[in-house]
Amino acid sequence: MKVTYPHMGSLSLAMHGLLSGLALEVIPPPPITRKTIDLGVLHSPEFACFPLKVNMGNFIEALSAGADTIVMAGGTGPCRFGYYAEVQREILKDLGFDFQMIVLEPPQGQADLLLERLKPLCARVSRRKLASLLFLTWRRIKAMDRLHARLLQVRAHEAEQGSATRAYEQVLARLAEARSVRELELALREGLAALEAVPARPPGETLKIGLVGEIYMLLEPYANLQVEKVLGEMGVTVERSIYISAWIMEHLVLSSLRLKGSRQVKKAAAPYLNHFVGGHGWESVGETVLYARRGFDGVIHILPFTCTPEIVAQSILPVVSAATGIPVISFSLDEQSGEAGFITRLEAFVDLLRQRRSGRKIYASGQR
Amino acid sequence: MPLKIGIPRALLYYHYYPAWKTFFETLGAEVVLSAQTTKSILDTGVRLAVDEACLPVKLYLGHLADLRDKGVDFVFVPRMVSVEKKRYLCPKFLGLPEMARFGVGDLPGLLDTEINVHQKYRETRSNIHALGRRFTRAPWRVSHALREAKKAQAAYETALRSGRTPRDVLDGQAGQSKDPKIRVALLGHSYNLNDPFISMNLIERLREQGAQVITSEMLRPQDICRGAACLQKDIFWTLGKDLMGAAFHLLDNGGIDGLVLVASFGCGPDSLLCELVERAYRRDRRVPVLFLTLDEHTGEAGIVTRVEAFCDMLLWRRAI
Repeated sequence: MKVTYPHMGSLSLAMHGLLSGLALEVIPPPPITRKTIDLGVLHSPEFACFPLKVNMGNFIEALSAGADTIVMAGGTGPCRFGYYAEVQREILKDLGFDFQMIVLEPPQGQADLLLERLKPLCARVSRRKLASLLFLTWRRIKAMDRLHARLLQVRAHEAEQGSATRAYEQVLARLAEARSVRELELALREGLAALEAVPARPPGETLKIGLVGEIYMLLEPYANLQVEKVLGEMGVTVERSIYISAWIMEHLVLSSLRLKGSRQVKKAAAPYLNHFVGGHGWESVGETVLYARRGFDGVIHILPFTCTPEIVAQSILPVVSAATGIPVISFSLDEQSGEAGFITRLEAFVDLLRQRRSGRKIYASGQR
Repeated sequence: MPLKIGIPRALLYYHYYPAWKTFFETLGAEVVLSAQTTKSILDTGVRLAVDEACLPVKLYLGHLADLRDKGVDFVFVPRMVSVEKKRYLCPKFLGLPEMARFGVGDLPGLLDTEINVHQKYRETRSNIHALGRRFTRAPWRVSHALREAKKAQAAYETALRSGRTPRDVLDGQAGQSKDPKIRVALLGHSYNLNDPFISMNLIERLREQGAQVITSEMLRPQDICRGAACLQKDIFWTLGKDLMGAAFHLLDNGGIDGLVLVASFGCGPDSLLCELVERAYRRDRRVPVLFLTLDEHTGEAGIVTRVEAFCDMLLWRRAI
């Protein structure tokens, strides 16, 4: 069995660690490039959302490299992500690949069902080994998320462009390779210190921008045209509303214990949208309200083109923006997005926020 | 003066209008429908909605604006989350009241009753009762209206199963042409197929070409369920299940000459499901498929040409 999986930001590193820890032969999909996207787009339905197309590119490249088993996540609707695997399997079959697909669905209160699906993958290790491996993976994901959140703050102050990103990537590689929780903790501690040690510009005010939107688009830098890096290098402190560790906590752990998480987000969204709409539409609205309350300068909303849940959010965000006074910009991205146009729009948005902030200060100090 | 309840002639109107109308009228309200779709209604909707919203949502907002201008007391914009166990409607229905409220300005009162059979069965019942109690104080009258509504809905669905389309029944039209030469399945969302404006009168055009049109409403529910059972994973969209179930059932034993699939541009569920249908039909190699995508820019001439060419080809295939 040669296993592969789709890319999704740093999660694929954790996934690789988990699968190879299970004593399986792992064939990671090659890094996402233009060729991956072209392959994916060529063989996917035209109006499918962008993540499906990138996944398809990953799968085709990995299967061509010799993989024969795909590990993919699933869902129970109403977001169409829940039906990805079915469509991808049929397309790959028609392309003539010989493979099997193992779909991991959110258990919705039935943790045993998830374990049943995992069986063929876990056959080679003992239960004790499996438990410790899952724990290690969980800690690895948490460590990666913590490091990433710190990177987004440090990058806005770096003296030399790209130095924070370089330090981050080195630590990320160490986190990916750590074999035990102790090694992981050590790598994280040293990594956070290395980020702190990145030479900083003389202190000054930075803008704060919150990122909301669809989970894949936020997590995969190739898909969001590295929005965090672009903003960070403009000197903007970025905060991302979605982290995979928080998602796992809420959807896999709390829901199987029948507990509800993220009440705060839903409560914040309630005056504008008081119902789930699939995907992350509800959260996009709620997080925007929370960023406004926390005094952020602006919010960037990122969605894959044709994503229905986020289109619902997109229809509501202007009202949120008007009511709370936080500027919001929506970007719907897919294989057609051009980087230059994207960066221009980001720059213009950041410029507006800067002027807005300095205007406010002048107004407050009575100089007008 | 009875209260005037406005119902937009769009989206789930084609599925549930008889039940809604009977419910409100039994409770003594007056039901006002928006006008038949025109270019100006669609244009208004396009202006009110965000760019990326799908065609039926834009049209819905246009119809709501029409009702607002008609001066109704309330508009009925239910939040239809789920109408059966383990299945949802498309995400746009989940946020429809918000898109209506924030998209269309100065709306009269919004009746945004939540219907969620999968997750909140009991609450759905009490929601409907709460809706009814806005018109009467007597609970028994609400129960009575609900019973009448169910009867009307059952009668409507029976009428559909006799081979008539929702539009045939709702607008009292004749229906199928006398002696059809070919049988064509027309699958897609009811609210696209039955709106003569946005579908460019597709049903009539097919009939003019001598086709007997079969839609998923004309099939028995058990056939649709059996058709949908061909899939490895249960479909979690009700309308998607109808489309897939009908497509697979007709492929196996429907005796159809051709299949016309209609989707609106950027439709989320259909982007995946129509792909699966096309692949299944292609592997089977017996029934030709025509896939039409509709949006507010669709040109009528192009659609007509393709439909005519498709029907000609089906007739030739028969002749061989």
